[in-house]
Amino acid sequence: MTKIKTLADLERIKNEMRSDKDLNGSQDNSENAVRIKVGMGTSGIASGARDVMDFLTEALEKRNIEAVVSQTGDMGYSYAEPTIEVRKPGQKPVVFGYVDVKKADLIIEKYIKLGEEVEGIIPVNYQTIDD
Amino acid sequence: MTNLGGSKMSQHKQIRIALNNCGVIDPENIKEYIARDGYLALGKCLTEMKPEDIIREIKDSGLRGRGGGGFPAGLKWEIAAKNQADQKYVVCNADEGDPGAFMDRSILEGDPHAVLEAMAICGYSMGATKGLIYIRAEYPLAIERLKIAIEQAREFGLLGKNLFGTDFEFDIEIRYGAGAFVCGEETALIHSMEGLRGEPTIKPPYPAESGYFGKPTNVNNVETYANVPIILRKGANWFNKIGTEKSKGTKVFALAGKIKNVGLVEVPMGTTLREVIYEIGGGIENDKKFKAVQTGGPSGGCLTEKHLDTPIDFDNLVQAGSMMGSGGMIVMDEDNCMVSVAKFYLEFTVEESCGKCSPCRIGNKRLYELLDRITQGKGEMEDLKRLRNMSNVIKDTSLCGLGQTSPNPVLSTLDNFYDEYVAHVVDKKCIAGQCKDLMTYFVIEENCVGCTACARVCPVGAITGEKKEVHYINPEICIKCGACEERCKFDAIIVK
Repeated sequence: MTKIKTLADLERIKNEMRSDKDLNGSQDNSENAVRIKVGMGTSGIASGARDVMDFLTEALEKRNIEAVVSQTGDMGYSYAEPTIEVRKPGQKPVVFGYVDVKKADLIIEKYIKLGEEVEGIIPVNYQTIDD
Repeated sequence: MTNLGGSKMSQHKQIRIALNNCGVIDPENIKEYIARDGYLALGKCLTEMKPEDIIREIKDSGLRGRGGGGFPAGLKWEIAAKNQADQKYVVCNADEGDPGAFMDRSILEGDPHAVLEAMAICGYSMGATKGLIYIRAEYPLAIERLKIAIEQAREFGLLGKNLFGTDFEFDIEIRYGAGAFVCGEETALIHSMEGLRGEPTIKPPYPAESGYFGKPTNVNNVETYANVPIILRKGANWFNKIGTEKSKGTKVFALAGKIKNVGLVEVPMGTTLREVIYEIGGGIENDKKFKAVQTGGPSGGCLTEKHLDTPIDFDNLVQAGSMMGSGGMIVMDEDNCMVSVAKFYLEFTVEESCGKCSPCRIGNKRLYELLDRITQGKGEMEDLKRLRNMSNVIKDTSLCGLGQTSPNPVLSTLDNFYDEYVAHVVDKKCIAGQCKDLMTYFVIEENCVGCTACARVCPVGAITGEKKEVHYINPEICIKCGACEERCKFDAIIVK
């Protein structure tokens, strides 16, 4: 890794990370991938987020769904842990709460595959610094 | 009251600044942080700004210390910058100790680079080349992610020598605390890092003059640092439009207790407690009646119904008899006994007092004993006066912030829930039904069918009665464990 020496170096990494602004910095820039983030703070992990993440990674591959599963920090919804964010290609991200392995399975089969609603959606309740 | 940074008013009550990347990026991948403009503020500071410009920007932003005290961060940096020395230090206080608080842990677990970047910026502005993060060993995941972040930042040349091609160098080490509450106090924290006992010393001298090994040291809390890169990216004038006149920006709270949506929230200063508890927090669990909200941890106080519309900021909370603290917010309902709540916090303080000064060491123990007596029904009216007098003496004479604030839970409950104290002392009753010694279990004769289930489950044989006849609980023997009440299928046992 060459060291970052200038602001242009930062910019280069930034561009490399997201050719599309909405992809939010995942290394895989494929536009067709479903992107899933699993809340892996202490409270998430304590509620079983690791099992959910392992399951999602494995199940999506087995079921031939192009997806990128990554970990992230605490989303703030401790009451509904484990929480995951699912972003289908070209759609807004949706956060699901109370996700155990069974629920994760349902999310893949119903929400990701068929676009059907699955219970436990947590609506966005905050503004970001860019709003 | 609250202006949302010049943008259109939003329907959302929260703005995520310190939590900007938390739950968004992979904290173990520095590139994801960079993709969200991470290290841009550091780069700009080093290549385009003079140290005094950065300090002015932080001062103009109005950022105040998020660890509890609310001291202006820019002023702290300026004092440390003005003190000349061959070595200076930047310290991050990650010794989050308030019961129920987990804001700092979540930031470190979710966005560790923001803290590293801010510390490097602080180092450049005050002329320090070394950073230390003091974190409690009870936070293994936060420590792990910090280690990864520091390693990656070094690898990318964002920590170390010649940052951004300048001759500025900065590096960060982690120091572990054993989770002593007093070590969140900055002088005690510094002594602990020096390998000494974690005991506070009198200020002045402040750490900005004489801190770690006698060198000028800037100590800020995790959340304070997490705001810094964004302030420098978006500008002081963006930041200082959010919040109230004297408290700018947002505050992260850890909502806990009898509230539906337990979790992390970040609201602009000036948001009311009602908005936080009812609109964001979803209200009280099981739709019970709200009784109080405790803020500021063991140094804070309990606020009541009448404070619900108080806009939250540093000064308003102090005026209401509590304090901002680091951001723990524990909600209580009608089932919480306020004398027991005060006792809980005092028990914590007695455990955590370092013992160096006698008002704190002895005084808090005596306060605890008085509260314990009251919850046992052995208190007298004179005790309530004693509680107040002793609290004031402890506040006035203790050496550090721990003792100076430890009686606050007692004073604020005395102020707001005096009737409840009187009920314990005079009527020997605990309205909330939490003080076991003040409760009696009764059999309601009309409901009792004489099934003997209660007598069989009673661990001390306090219940007598023939089959198919009304049973009787002997209050002399009963230990108030509640097993009979739980077992009875006929609602024939009640507690008063």
